[in-house]
Order: sequence, then C-alpha cells, then structure tokens
Amino acid sequence: MDSPRKVLIIGSGPIVIGQAAEFDYSGSQACRSLREEGIQTVLVNPNPATIMTDEDIADTVYIEPLTVEVLARIIDRERPDGLLATLGGQTGLNLAVALADAGVLDEYGVKVLGTPIESIRKAEDRELFKRLLDEIGEPRPESETVTTLEDARRVARELGFPIVVRPAYTLGGTGGGIAHDMEELEHIVSIGLKASPIHQVLLERCLLGWKELEYEVMRDSADNCITVCNMENLDPMGVHTGDSIVVAPSQTLTDKEYHMLRSAALKIIRALRIEGGCNIQFALAPRREIASWALSPEGRPPYYVIEVNPRVSRSSALASKATGYPIARVAAKIAVGKRLDEIANRVTGKTTAAFEPALDYVVVKIPRWPFDKFPLGERRIGTQMKATGEVMAVARTFEEALQKAVRCLEFGGRTLLWEDPSWTEEQVRQLIAEPNDQRLWAIMAALRRGMEPMQVSLLSGIDPWFVEKLAGLVALEWRLLSEPLTPELLRSAKRKGFPDRDIATLADMLPEQVRELRQKWGIRPVYKMVDTCAAEFEAETPYFYSTYEDDPEAENEASALAGPKALVIGSGPIRIGQGIEFDYCSVHAVWALEEEGYRAIIANCNPETVSTDFDTSDRLYFEPLDEEGVRDILENEAGDGAPPASIVQFGGQTAINLAVPLDRANLPILGSSAETIDIAEDRARFEALLEDLGIPRPPGAAVESLEEALETAGRIGYPVLVRPSYVLGGRAMEIVQGPRELIRYVEEAAQVGQGRAILIDKYLEGIEAEVDAICDGHDILIPGIMQHIERAGVHSGDSMAVYPAIGLTAEEVETIVDYTRRIALELGVRGLMNVQFVIMREGGRSAVYVLEVNPRSSRTVPFISKATGVPMVRLAVKAMLGKRLPELGYPYGLWPKQGLVAVKAPVFSMSKLAGVDTHLGPEMKSTGEVMGIDRDFRSALAKALQAADLALKPGGVVLLSLADRTKPEAIPIIRRLAQAGCRLYATEGTAALIRALGLEVAEVTKRLDQGHPNVIDVIDQGLVDVVINTPEGSQTATLRDGFYIRRAAVEKRVPCFTSLDTARAAVEAMLVDPGHYSVLPLPEYRNGARP
Amino acid sequence: MAGVNQRAYLVLEDGSVFPGRLFGAARPIHGEVVFSTAMTGYQEMLTDPSYAGQILVLTYPLVGNYGINAQDVESRRIQVQALVVREACETPSHWQAEMTLHEYLASQDVPGLQGVDTRALTRRLRHHGVMMGAIAVDETPREALERLRGQPRYGTIDLVRTVTASTPYEWEEPPRRRYHVAVVDSGLKYNILRLLRERGCQVTVLPCTVTSDELLEMGIDGLVLSPGPGDPALLDYLVATAKALVGRLPILGICLGHQVVGRAFGARTYKLKFGHRGANHPVKDLLTGRVHITSQNHGYAIDADGLRGGIEVSQVHLNDGTVEGLYHPSLPIITIQYHSEASPGPMDNVYVFDRFIEMLREYGGSR
Repeated sequence: MDSPRKVLIIGSGPIVIGQAAEFDYSGSQACRSLREEGIQTVLVNPNPATIMTDEDIADTVYIEPLTVEVLARIIDRERPDGLLATLGGQTGLNLAVALADAGVLDEYGVKVLGTPIESIRKAEDRELFKRLLDEIGEPRPESETVTTLEDARRVARELGFPIVVRPAYTLGGTGGGIAHDMEELEHIVSIGLKASPIHQVLLERCLLGWKELEYEVMRDSADNCITVCNMENLDPMGVHTGDSIVVAPSQTLTDKEYHMLRSAALKIIRALRIEGGCNIQFALAPRREIASWALSPEGRPPYYVIEVNPRVSRSSALASKATGYPIARVAAKIAVGKRLDEIANRVTGKTTAAFEPALDYVVVKIPRWPFDKFPLGERRIGTQMKATGEVMAVARTFEEALQKAVRCLEFGGRTLLWEDPSWTEEQVRQLIAEPNDQRLWAIMAALRRGMEPMQVSLLSGIDPWFVEKLAGLVALEWRLLSEPLTPELLRSAKRKGFPDRDIATLADMLPEQVRELRQKWGIRPVYKMVDTCAAEFEAETPYFYSTYEDDPEAENEASALAGPKALVIGSGPIRIGQGIEFDYCSVHAVWALEEEGYRAIIANCNPETVSTDFDTSDRLYFEPLDEEGVRDILENEAGDGAPPASIVQFGGQTAINLAVPLDRANLPILGSSAETIDIAEDRARFEALLEDLGIPRPPGAAVESLEEALETAGRIGYPVLVRPSYVLGGRAMEIVQGPRELIRYVEEAAQVGQGRAILIDKYLEGIEAEVDAICDGHDILIPGIMQHIERAGVHSGDSMAVYPAIGLTAEEVETIVDYTRRIALELGVRGLMNVQFVIMREGGRSAVYVLEVNPRSSRTVPFISKATGVPMVRLAVKAMLGKRLPELGYPYGLWPKQGLVAVKAPVFSMSKLAGVDTHLGPEMKSTGEVMGIDRDFRSALAKALQAADLALKPGGVVLLSLADRTKPEAIPIIRRLAQAGCRLYATEGTAALIRALGLEVAEVTKRLDQGHPNVIDVIDQGLVDVVINTPEGSQTATLRDGFYIRRAAVEKRVPCFTSLDTARAAVEAMLVDPGHYSVLPLPEYRNGARP
Repeated sequence: MAGVNQRAYLVLEDGSVFPGRLFGAARPIHGEVVFSTAMTGYQEMLTDPSYAGQILVLTYPLVGNYGINAQDVESRRIQVQALVVREACETPSHWQAEMTLHEYLASQDVPGLQGVDTRALTRRLRHHGVMMGAIAVDETPREALERLRGQPRYGTIDLVRTVTASTPYEWEEPPRRRYHVAVVDSGLKYNILRLLRERGCQVTVLPCTVTSDELLEMGIDGLVLSPGPGDPALLDYLVATAKALVGRLPILGICLGHQVVGRAFGARTYKLKFGHRGANHPVKDLLTGRVHITSQNHGYAIDADGLRGGIEVSQVHLNDGTVEGLYHPSLPIITIQYHSEASPGPMDNVYVFDRFIEMLREYGGSR
C-alpha cells in the first residue's frame, strides 16, 4: 500500500463523561507516530486544553468545531489524501461516517486509513454486528433492534425481564439501562431512541452477574493479529466497563478460558477486517450451573460476545498504560500500511510490535465519580457511564494495587478504611447488592461487621476471589488494631498496600511516626519497571511503580537519576474542577525542564493522559499523589544526595495541596513557595496583604460559627457568597439571599468543610474578568485579559469567556495589570498566577475588586496560551529556574492584543447524571470546554457555541420560563428571538410578559399536577429546540419547579440556558451566517494581527 | 520439622540467595532454575514433562488464583522439581477448582517457595543465563550451595527416559477414525493427543526407546516426535530412529521432536542463554510472511548452519532469529520448535496439526 502524504486527524472534542483525556493521549501519539513516518498531519479539535492542539504536535492545527461543514472546508483547503478517524473516540468515528455519507470523502479523494468505514458500520450497527457474529459462529446474547416503543414492548414480552437497552452510536452507553418492568422499559427506550443519532436501540437478554472481560486486540493489513492484554471487571455484567473497577490481566480465568476468549477476539477482529486497534467485550459464565447450562444442549461455549469498539478507546488507553504497549502509536502506523513486525517496540528497543505483553504485576483501575460535587445525584451505576475519569495503580499484589488506587482517587481523603458512620446493616446490604460508587467501601464495612465473604459475593455477584482478598485486608486491619506493631507486621501491612495513614489510625499513632518506624526498620518501597515483557528483555523505558518486597535488600530498579532534575507533580484523575488542562500544563512543564537541561521526572496516576505516556518524561512514577507517595519518590530520587525539587504549580489542587506537607518535610519546592501559597489561600493573611497594598476586595470575613456568620452577613449586606475555605472548583459554594438560607448553609457546610472556616463575601453582580500572569520575581507578563460573558456568581469554570476583554475601558485594564503586578510581587510569586476580578460600574465610575488569587496554573492557561501564542508554562518553568522574562525574549506588562477573538465555552455532561440540577451557579459543574476563534466576536462566539452543542437556529422553537427578577432584562432577548422567526412557548408569568410585548406565544403550565400538556410534556414530545430558564432565587424549594424543566431539557438533549447572559450571547451568535465565519489554522488567526 | 510458611531460600549456583516461604511439600530439592512469562496455565506448566529437572519460576506474581482442576493436566503428575512464585493463592475461586495450589504440590511431594522477588530473580537469570539452583529447607544457604555443587548438572542427564511412557498405550478412540498415528513420548503433553484425536486420529503412544523397525511394523499413517526435557545432544537413539524414518513416514516434530529431526538432518543444537518460556513468543513464517504468537518452552535450539539433506528453515523467532520450524520441499516432514498444542497459551497454531493431517492424506494417497 502506498503511504499517504498528508493525513487529517479528527480529535474527540471537549471532555465529557465517556470521552475524556484518553483521546488527547491517542491523538498526540498518532500525530507523532505519523510524523516519524514522514507524513504531514492536519489536526482538528476545538478543545484547547489538549496537547494534540499544540502547534508542534501536528503540522497544521485547526481549533474549529467538529461538524461536517467545517471539516469539509478544512478538507477543501488542505487536500489531505488520508483520514484517520479511529483515534478521536466516538466523535471522530461518527464524523468520519458522516463525511463519507455526505460524499465529501469521495469528492476530494480522501481515503479512510486503517479500519474501513464498512467495518466501522459493521461493528457499530447492532443489526449488522449481530449478523456478522452469526456468520462466524460467535455467540451473542439473544436480542433485537427496535426503532419504536411498540416494537420494544413486543420484544420485551418475548425475552422477559430484566432486559438491557442499548442505543446505537452513543458515547459511554448514553441513554441505555436495564429495565425490570414494562414501565421502566418504556422510559429507558424513549430516552435511548432520542440519544441514538439513528434512532435505534437494542434490546438484549440480561446477563447480570456474568463475568465481564475485555480484550484489546491489534490487527495489521497483512492479517497479523495480537492481543495487547485482557482485563477483568471486578463488577460483573450490568455495570458499564467505564464505571467498573477493572483489573489487568484477568485474575480468575483458567488458561483455557483466557485463550478461548482470546481466540474469539482474534476471530472477530479478522472478520471485521479492522486495521488498527479494537476492544472486544465478553460475558463469561461465572458458575457451574450457568457454565453447564450454556455448555449443555447444543454444546455452545460458555460465553457471549457483548460489544466491539472498532477504534482506540478508553480501555485501549488503560491497556497501553497497564502494559507499556503504545496502542495508539502502533494503530497509527498500521493505518498507513505498516505491519506489526515492521514496527519497533520502543520500550525494549529490541523487539517489535508483533508480540503480546507479559505483565509481572497487577493493575487496578477505579473510576472517579463526580458525586463529591453532586451529592444529590443518583449514585447507582449501571449501563450508563457516570465517571468523569479514572485512576490506575500498579503493584505486585492485588491488595496493594487496590489500596494504592483508592489513594489515587482523592475522594475526600478516603482510604479503604472509610465508612459512612450512619450506615445501617440494611443500607450496607443494599449498597452491596445495587452497584454504586460506594460499593467497595460498603463491602469492607460488611466484612468488618462479620458478613461472610461468600455472602458478599452472592449479594454483589463479585467473584469470591476478590472478596476473599478484601476479607484478608479486614483480617490484617484487626491485627494492626490489636497487636503491637512489629517490623514483620508493618512489612506485611505495606505489602498489602496499607497506607501509612491507615496503619497509624489502626495502631494508634501519627502517620509521621509510622514513616519513622519504616525508616528505622528499613521498610521502604522499591521501584520496579513496566517493561512489556516481564523482565525477559532488557528494557529502556523509564516507567516505574513502587512495591514492597520481603527482602530488605530487595532490588530497586529506579536508582536516582544523575544530574540536575526536578519532579513535576501531576493532577491525578479527571474530575469536575480539575480536568485535562492540568495535564497539558504538566506535560509542558516537563518539556521546559528538558529544554533547560534538567531531567524531568513526573508522578501521576491517571492512565488517560499524555503525561503518563512512556516517552513524555525522563522518568515516570505511576503512583498515588499523596504525601506518602510523593515523599517516597523524592527519597528514592535523593539517592545518596539531596532530593530533587518538586513543581506543584501545574497539577491543580492535587499538587498544590502537597506544598505544605513537602515544605514541612524540608523538601524543596520550585517556584512560588509554600509560604506564598499559604498566604494566598489563607483568608486572613491574604486580606492583610491586600489591605497593605490598598487593593479592594468585596467585604467579607472567614467565620467559624453560625453567630459569626449571621453577624458578618448582616454587616456587609445580602446577597452574600458563601463557601468553605481551601477548595477547588467552587465546591459547596452558594449565593445566599437571606439569613434563613445562611443558617441552612452553615449547617451543611459543617459536614463537608471538616471543621475548616467558612468564607462569607459580599456578592457583587458585576463584570467578571480574569488574568493568568507569569512572574519571574522581578515583574510580570500578562498574556491576555479574559472577560466572562456571565456576570459574577457563575463559577469561572462554567462561564463563557472571551479574549481579549471586549468591554473594558483602558483605565480598567490598567488597574487590572497594576493590581496583578503588585500582588504577584508582594506575594513573592515565581511562576504562574491566576487573578479573578469583578468590576462594578456605577454612575460613570468603575471600581475593580480582586475576588481571588491562585498562585498556580489555572484552567485557562491552555486557552490563553493558544489564543495569544505565549507559551505560558514554558516561560513559568524557566522563570522558576531563575531566568528573567526579557532573557527569554518576552517583555514585562500586558502582551499586545492579537488580531483574533477567542471564546471559551463550557461543556457539561448532565445527561449522564440523573438527579443533578443543571443551573449555573458558583459551584462548578462542567466537565470540559471548547474554544471558538475568529476575527470578530460574533463569529468566534457562534463557533464556540456550535462546538459546545449550544447553538440556536433561526426559526427554532424556544421555551421560556423566567424568574421575575430577570424578566425586565429578558425583554430585548425575547424581541430578538421573535425577529429571528423563533416560535415561543412560555410558562404562565413569562407568557403574560411576552403577550404584553405584543408577541405571539403558546402558554404551557408549569403546574405538573394540573393537566396536560404541561411544560415537561412539550419538552418530552420534542416540540422545543431550546429552553431558557432562569432559576428563582437559590433556595432548594423554589428551585424545584425549574429543576424538572431543566432535567427534562437535559434528558431530551435540548440546550438549556439558565443565565440570561449566556442566552443573550447565543441569540447574538444565532444571527451569524454560517458562511461568514472563517476556518483557518490557529496561527493564521494570530498572524492576522501583525502582518 | 519443616512446614508450610517456614522461611526457606532459593540458592543459585552463583551464590545469590532469594528468601521466601515454603508451601506445598517442605523438602530440599535442586534443579535448573528457569522462568516462564505465561500469565495463566500454571497447572499445565506444572504437569508439562518438558519442565522435568527444573525449578520453575513464574514471572506473573499471583499464582493459584483459579485453583487446580481435574481437566487441565498435561501428564500424569507434576513434573517440575519445585515452583517459585511471588504469591501462592490460598483462597482460589473457580467453579472447576478442586483443590488449592498448595494442596496439589503437597499431595505430590513437590516443594513451592513463595514471597520471592521473582522479578529480581528473573532479571538475574536473564542477565547471567539460567543456572542450577537449590531450595534450602532447614539448612543455611551456604549448606544448600555445597549440596548443590555435589549434584549432576541439568544438561548431563537424559531426562527423556525419566518422563517417557513405560509401556505403549492407546489414547481414547476418536469418534470417526481416519488415520492411525504413533506418538513417540519424550515427554508429551496430553493436549497433543487430544488435538490429534479431534482430527480423527487413532493415537498410539510409545516409549522413547521404540525402534524405527517397530514403528514401521505398526502400519501407522504418520509419526509425531513429541516435546520433552533436557539437552537434545544426549538423544542419539532418538535421532537414529528419526533418521531411519525420514521419507518413509510423514513426521511431525514438536519442540524436542523438532530438535531431534534437526539433528537427523545434520544440525548441531546449542543451549540458549535463558531459553524461551512463555505464551507470547512471536514467530515469523518465512513462507507466508505471517507472524504467529506461540507458546514456548525450550532451552535449546537448532543451529541452521549444519542442516543438510534439503531440509529448510520455515519459521524463525522474531526477537532473536532462532530457528522455530523446518520443512522439506520433497519429503513429508514438518517441525516446529514451539508448542502448537498450546495448553497453556494461545490456540493460534493448532493449524500445524491440520497441516500434519493434510500431509497424512497426501502421503497416504501417493503411497
């Protein structure tokens, strides 16, 4: 096959549940892999927080919305001869199919590389896939595809309940579920039909309780096939694999079972003619009764084929990190015609990609769910994925890997020892029986309370092998609790993964004392290499994990790196408030260190990321990012000398939280000191600093009691903004309108705030602006000022923002620069800093207040770096190492405005999270973001909204339900909608307003108990294209009406605006003619500024 | 009195010591220390006669997870001298399981050592090559090393004679008999017999000392030279048998059987530094260009330079280029260095048995 000359790579767009950082990892690897082959790459992705959209990863980068129309324009401009669609997740795959269907690929002679479109269809279309399995004699669960509710009822009667519903072509099983009766079936099927772009769902025999296995398989064009690894879900069938705890390799399969499924996997990938990687899921009979039932009558094998992903997936990323085998890199090379045996294994440097990795360790993955942010969300898990991210841990026993993985989660500081003190016996049983995010802890609780492992297994369907291991941990807990801590006992506990913290709790001492005992008794972790081959060959990969061996003199494979070096602390799992942007920053920090002649070491535990790729850093420690894990790494890297410095600015709150503990342990920090960080985060110290500088901030105070809270709020006046101290992502933050709400808040906050103070500030509803600055200790550089579209009160992570600030006066800009400079210098910032401002204009005068200062990288750093072309992280790292900005070729002050406008829009995953209210507020809720760039504001806005799936269409149908206080402001918006030919629906009060404006409106009642059609009905029936709903106050009770409207919209996948500012912007953008906006490579927008 | 969980050591002939705890039978033993990277199939490996005389180290750290069952045996007993693992599972889980790994080893008086840093051990073997070793029980590592020095080395013993069938026997009749095949048992795995039976072969198993005349008198359609343990250079009698039958019967040589055929065609064999043992070995077929993932267990290989008589190399190992298969353009002979019968390992290469059947059909037709 002729190798293509120029290849278009489709990225996966914003981070949403079911499609996270793994596609940045795969896309970046693919770009680099193709470049090695001398092929030009063109990349499209509107997600700025990705390494793949860096200008030095692909040859040409487009930050543009992922639509057929935009891609057609890019193809027209770039004339690629190949398209790589299997590395951009489901989004990339769907777009490739759409481009083929639209005839664009044929028209421009673009060849789909790797897996053919036909194969994608066969794997993705339920009916075609069934037919294929039947042809090759692979067993599948009895099922039928339906397109109507009526057919669904008929099939359910035939197959019986429970029954599984799976919509075709959706991410992470969106819109699917298990129905136990006819009513549930109707509900799930109607959502599923809507979720599926081809209005098709599959109804299938329920295999609840069967073992769930996955195989990662590769095939090249010469029909060579290998399996990279298999994985076993600890949670049996019934829980989406993205929401399951997963181990690699499988633990409970005999060799015969392992290879029976492996053979089936190879048979399937061959039948599908996939060229590249693919993921195949199986259900395997867990018990004798089932196995013999399946085996008996016609001699059928005891398994079913469940699903195939004909592309690189989240599981492929996990498999890559679990084995060291770079699936995306190899898949890209296969796509351009290379055979597996022609691709070198860069890990060993000796072997090729045509082999199967051998693991000599155990890998455990645990999903990271967002229920710390959404305590009211439905916590049960099933066939629809709810996790935002995941963690992976590597160790030499299952127990050690599991406990390390739990430490990686950073879920409220929980270890395996955590129990909800309020759990009753019955609740524990229920938490075990119905899958949910707390099941692991509930099992531990049950075992502690004396439940037999076999009973836990029967209740949960989890294989007894796993439960017995947990029971072993409970037994060891008892020993730690009741016996004196001897070197033998301590070593046994460490070998089973107990963190120092838990040993301390059980043995009644301080964690630091446990650490001292470990030092004294020589109980230290050793680091082993992940080398793809179980030590059979000498490997060159710098990828390590810790473990405890019995022998105090055990071999340590990671001896301290020589020469100048530094540790970059990563950001852990993707969660709300801490997304892929911090991985972007960590990777850039690594590169900057290397440019300065340092050996860059990275510590992280997120398998989806570029930072944990084997060739990103000089050394990778795949470890929990807690004090124990990081101190162990630093001690290991100290060797006989001094420990290297750590960089804590780029790993989000995960890394910044380590500043104080590291400082206390006398471990050096590069950049802003622990002291600087503490001043910025300590309310009193920070206020004192601002006062000294004469910089205003909204009045407020940190309070520790209800009395103080009421007194403070009364003094500064309602509304007030309240939140606990030391938080990220605006956790548990609210705008409070009066004393009643304040009392409720203080009571609730006492639970989540863990005894820490509550901050109360005057809520200023002004223009919000934000800057990211680099400080070299002498002065600062501000690449750009961003202005929020929504007024203050919406979390900055959830608000739309525009660069450059479009509505600020020269004086306001000057004040912002001045304040930023003075704060940076006074705080002693070295590196990055983010400052948020609110601007209040009254009677021709304006005042700038500082809301918040974070002496670390913020989530907007990738966005502003890409908009302005200033490599912020690199400059920051070099400044930390002592360089001055002018030395690096950058001036002090505000960087010149670029000739472009960039708009950032948040992206939510609300349809995956039942029970969560979607209205914007001070609590962050979005999972990702997109960027729209153009020459003018409206076009950039239109593109950002399009990329975020929030675009309005002229002539569409809009449902309005507005709070009284927002009605006056809504009038111009309503008028614009009517002018654009939109048809309006409204609830009672809003309808009255619209009629009063002399416009036509259809009224629907929001009283759900007073006849039909009500407001929910019109949404459910698909009569409206967009909902504008402004919540009444922020009291739980008054929110309820709106809540049902908002949830209905989300579940019908209808955009729902809860802030008039966003709605106004969307209406603005609606009027942009699609032909009007530009489609250009990123640098061309910027170059326009300085011709 | 030695017992389970007692501290014990694996001592290598270079003096290095790996501490661990006993399971299975508590008794001192010695053998050649080798490692396998297969992640499943411990029961198949334990009962594979090609491991006779060896102390088997498994690189996968958790062993015994699915217990021991009645089905997955490859010979009549455990064949390894001892098993060394990082963790032996005491609470296995599988619907087929009948006993634990510990119980199985104990029942056959085979010692196991667990808690060993098997990765460090494997790295040592990879670096310095496989070597003799002893499990030290109730003795110091130094005493064990002394004891080890008085023992014969692995490569000096004809282990085939210790594992071969003592008398001929018939394997289970196939449902539809098409051919009669003899398998010379140098240490065969049952799965070879199972796969031949599935393909319609009546299978007669013969001791390794069977002569070529005896074989020819049986009126069989073809001959399989089985895998087995030890240095093929010691097996002149088997080489003579093979030599006498070349061209007179279709021959399939597997592993040791492949080396025997290689020697019959004039090749020398040599010892590999640390052998090929695992379920993930890539082998390239030189005729088709295809790569197959194979199950392997061998410590010796053929030097292709000495091959005479028109036999050719058909397959090579992708990693180190060693000979993995032979074919003859005009005579009915195929050989493979790996284990096409899998068990443990991937089933990708059972096609070799189909090829053998094809050869039986063609040769039978032309005879």
